[in-house]
Amino acid sequence: MKDNKLSILTNGLIKENPVLVLILGTCPALAVSTQAINGLGMGLSATIVLVFSNIFISSLKRIIPDKVRIPCYIVVIATFVTIVQLLLKAYFPDLDKALGIFIPLIVVNCIILGRAEMFANKNSVVNSALDGIGMGIGFTLALTAMACIRELLGSGSIFGIAVTANVIDPMSIFVLAPGGFFTFGVLIALVNKITKGKAREKAKNGCAACPAAAACQQAKEGGCQ
Amino acid sequence: MREAIIIIMGAVLANNFVLVRFLGICPFLGVSKKLDSAIGMSMAVVFVMVMATAATWPIQNLLLEPNGIGYMQTIVFILVIAALVQLVEIALKKYVPALHKGLGVYLPLITTNCAVLGVTVLNIDEGYGFAQSLLNSFGAGIGFMLAMFLFAGVRGRIEANDYPESFKGIASTLIAASILSLSFMGFSGMIDGIFGM
Repeated sequence: MKDNKLSILTNGLIKENPVLVLILGTCPALAVSTQAINGLGMGLSATIVLVFSNIFISSLKRIIPDKVRIPCYIVVIATFVTIVQLLLKAYFPDLDKALGIFIPLIVVNCIILGRAEMFANKNSVVNSALDGIGMGIGFTLALTAMACIRELLGSGSIFGIAVTANVIDPMSIFVLAPGGFFTFGVLIALVNKITKGKAREKAKNGCAACPAAAACQQAKEGGCQ
Repeated sequence: MREAIIIIMGAVLANNFVLVRFLGICPFLGVSKKLDSAIGMSMAVVFVMVMATAATWPIQNLLLEPNGIGYMQTIVFILVIAALVQLVEIALKKYVPALHKGLGVYLPLITTNCAVLGVTVLNIDEGYGFAQSLLNSFGAGIGFMLAMFLFAGVRGRIEANDYPESFKGIASTLIAASILSLSFMGFSGMIDGIFGM
């Protein structure tokens, strides 16, 4: 039983990393990973929302009628996003400015709705909380790693501390949009290489995690990819 | 008129939603494989974006702001968009079955498309008026369509080529998106140049 809990917690970290393996939450991953601190802030904000929405949805799973479950999930998630948004505005105004529109957009982050649909509405409250923590940390790790790479190459610093800025001219293209796509693509290829293609198989099943899968033509035809 | 052109060109090219602002990446990577489904999806996005803006802008400026509950924006907007998408689907099914056949399968996906919620929130953040917001949403939708359309063509060609195994699938798609995005960066100075702002 203990093993089981541990595997739920560690599942999201590497084996089913939401960003690099399941390819979910790509928009914030690309958009905020220009600076390590932004990646970390975004990851932690999403983690808080994910953990609390998982706990709530899991404890309400017997009350929520099956037919209107998606709107119910959205209300729960939007509530926690609003709370996080207000907290960030009050205590971390710089981070709030840097993340901008991507804070309210946590509502439509596929990871959160996907975990609600795939995990929280089938499992106990404790397990759902652990799943939320694991997936959230996996998301944060992926975002921070990507942001560190982009910040190092694009601005010559990590977490705002100059590393190579005085030695090599930074390639500012990496903090711009094309650099985001490029870094993400290379990271995913790297994960494919390390896992010998197993990660790609999982991404194909990623549609199961998508709340719209039931209505999606692509899912019926064998996955988004 | 000049202002309208600036807003639309900005939304379509210089601040392209997919390639510059990173909104709506999921459908961009998922649905852009076939040209016809790419077009169908983007038509539905343009439609819902304009409708959602027409619904959310008055709610924010006439209902939430005057009552001092502007912070309810996120919850209210996502619910309005979800309800609107459902309504549009029901209405299309009943009155315009031909259009429903084309767009219907994409509509449920759009609720969770961050580009739609994104454009409604951006319109408020930018302080646009009602007409400007509608124009901006229309431009954003067209920009999404342009990116999808261009990319469907690019992807078809990539798949026919031989490249390292690790890059097969999503990785090569992202690298191609990076190159496409690079070309869109060329538009960033264009509007300033043409209109001398």
